[in-house]
Amino acid sequence: MLRIRRFDERASKMVKRGQIPGTVHTSIGQEAQVVGATMALGDDDYMTGNHRSHGHPIGKGSPLGPLMAELVGKGTGVCGGKGGSLHLADFNVGSLGESGIVGSSIPIATGAALSSKVLGNGRVSLAFFGDGAANQGCLYEAMNMAGVWDLPVVFLCENNQYALSTPAHTVTSGVIAERAAGFGIPGVRVEDGQDVLAVFEAVSAAVERARRGEGPSLVEVVTYRFNEHSEGLRLGVDYRDAAEKASWLEKDPIVLFRKHLVAEGVATDDELDALEREVDAEVEDAFEFSQTSPFPDPSVAFADLYTEPFGPTHLSRDGVQSAEQAHAEIGV
Amino acid sequence: MSFLGAIGAAQKEAMDADERVVIIGEDVEANVYGTTGAGKSRKDKGDFLQMYGRNRIRNTPISEEVIVGAAAGAAMTGLRPIVDLSYSSFLYMAMDQFVNQVAKNRYMFGGQASMPVVFRSAMFYGLNTGAHHSDRPYPMFMNVPGLKIVVPASPSDAKGLLRTAIDSDDPVLTFEACQLWGLKEEVEEDEYRIPFGVARTVREGTDVTVVAIATAVPEAVKAADALAAEGVSVEVIDPRTLVPLDSRAVLESVAKTGRLVVADPAHKTCGAAAEISAIVAEEAFDALKAPIARVVTPDTQIPFSPALEKQLYPARDSIAAAVRRVAGARPRELALS
Repeated sequence: MLRIRRFDERASKMVKRGQIPGTVHTSIGQEAQVVGATMALGDDDYMTGNHRSHGHPIGKGSPLGPLMAELVGKGTGVCGGKGGSLHLADFNVGSLGESGIVGSSIPIATGAALSSKVLGNGRVSLAFFGDGAANQGCLYEAMNMAGVWDLPVVFLCENNQYALSTPAHTVTSGVIAERAAGFGIPGVRVEDGQDVLAVFEAVSAAVERARRGEGPSLVEVVTYRFNEHSEGLRLGVDYRDAAEKASWLEKDPIVLFRKHLVAEGVATDDELDALEREVDAEVEDAFEFSQTSPFPDPSVAFADLYTEPFGPTHLSRDGVQSAEQAHAEIGV
Repeated sequence: MSFLGAIGAAQKEAMDADERVVIIGEDVEANVYGTTGAGKSRKDKGDFLQMYGRNRIRNTPISEEVIVGAAAGAAMTGLRPIVDLSYSSFLYMAMDQFVNQVAKNRYMFGGQASMPVVFRSAMFYGLNTGAHHSDRPYPMFMNVPGLKIVVPASPSDAKGLLRTAIDSDDPVLTFEACQLWGLKEEVEEDEYRIPFGVARTVREGTDVTVVAIATAVPEAVKAADALAAEGVSVEVIDPRTLVPLDSRAVLESVAKTGRLVVADPAHKTCGAAAEISAIVAEEAFDALKAPIARVVTPDTQIPFSPALEKQLYPARDSIAAAVRRVAGARPRELALS
């Protein structure tokens, strides 16, 4: 949780300082939901994500340096600079990709579960999506297919209660978790999504059920994003009630879990402070890595489209800039 | 062997050769579309469902978006799915998955993903099925980098190209013209593959190049036969795959003949014919002795009535007329009987 928090805080700063091209969406405030879910998965299990994209691969164990380098568009980035914040993927840890299209990666996770089932390799697949994506038709197509085929997939709704500025209750009829009943699969709602252990428990049950071959589940986790939808977004209207926001800020998942660990005697304040310094150093290293890494050579803009390159008509390299030209234009 | 039988044969070969190959689609268990049976041996061996079981032959719900996306996710994680989407116009329901996932994932994840999946669909144009079933949508998908686009026009090609498609680690969309399903020819019984990006010269000629796609191929051959009697020598080229496109074969033929007609049953605007014409105009303008002519379907929806529909697609007469026009011959003298 702390890794995600510090990574996102640094990313937010970097956007403000112009160190990241484009935009990023942080998970600050939602870490318990991300980590509770990813901790319930094994190393070999699959996961797809969404536009609130950094926490998922971090939760799955992806090293921070290549993730940070990807946000900056460096060649050492986890996607070689082709994906950026919205499309992080680290296949080494089962992260099959975040998605900039709301709901679009849900069918991909369902397909990964199909492959697990056909190949009999015991892997479980988890699809993260927000309350906004809960109204995309592909979720219901996926829940139906996974239901009839008993696919080992967990549909995980990160209900942070706002689709950008739109409150969930104004666009979402009924309770998201209850929609599972229509497909004959379990649906549970974790009301206290700021409690990492509560999320872990609910998702673990869904993962175990999937692993036993009993099929998919829907887990809805109620949480809250502390920052704006997108870093750098400056909306003229305040769509979130100040009292509501303040009450959620009091339920910071990291503060809550720290208190829990100390109260239970699992760790002392000193130990947790040391842990925080360790994570700070890790994020600092990732930042340094992102800054000192080279930008990709302009010619790789034409690589990775197909496994076997073909052209020249289709992949004309005419007009490809020299590395010096391209890097000069982006101020390197 | 028929065109449809050739597709079934290629699928059976691939299913036998590799356990990771699975077929998913609507009504594939019952062999409704005729490509998941066992052909002549059906009586002895049963159909694909009996041969390969439900784990590998999967009837899907009518849910194109998740069918396409799940096949993509399965392909990214170890399977090699063949997806039967039946009618080509059903691909539109899955546009997000085709464009944002299937085509982009390998690229935007920096090569981490490969996507060995084949999407088959049939074009029912010319069969009085009305606007919802008569589309020829391959140009839309040619416009999406990351996909490979195959349009076979003969049984042999249907078999060999499909084997190559299944072997490919990239996503392939095949568009099969139903009017060609019944076409029969001698097809090699043993395994063979036809490489992508290699056009087939269906007929050699010296005066005019006709690049023809799908049902326009047999129509162009008929036109060429008729024109030969009039002293016009027509070269007919079938690109077979539109992505990758064998532009070299087209350019070499145009360099020889100096004249180009493109016969393409897709719509005119931004169609395959438009792309092929543009490549020739860009790369071989000096070789052209006459303006390029396109014989395509006008930019209209497809009407139901046979009286309205039949005239819309490239046919022997319209292709021949275009050839005469670019050949500079006087129509009065070369009118077809």
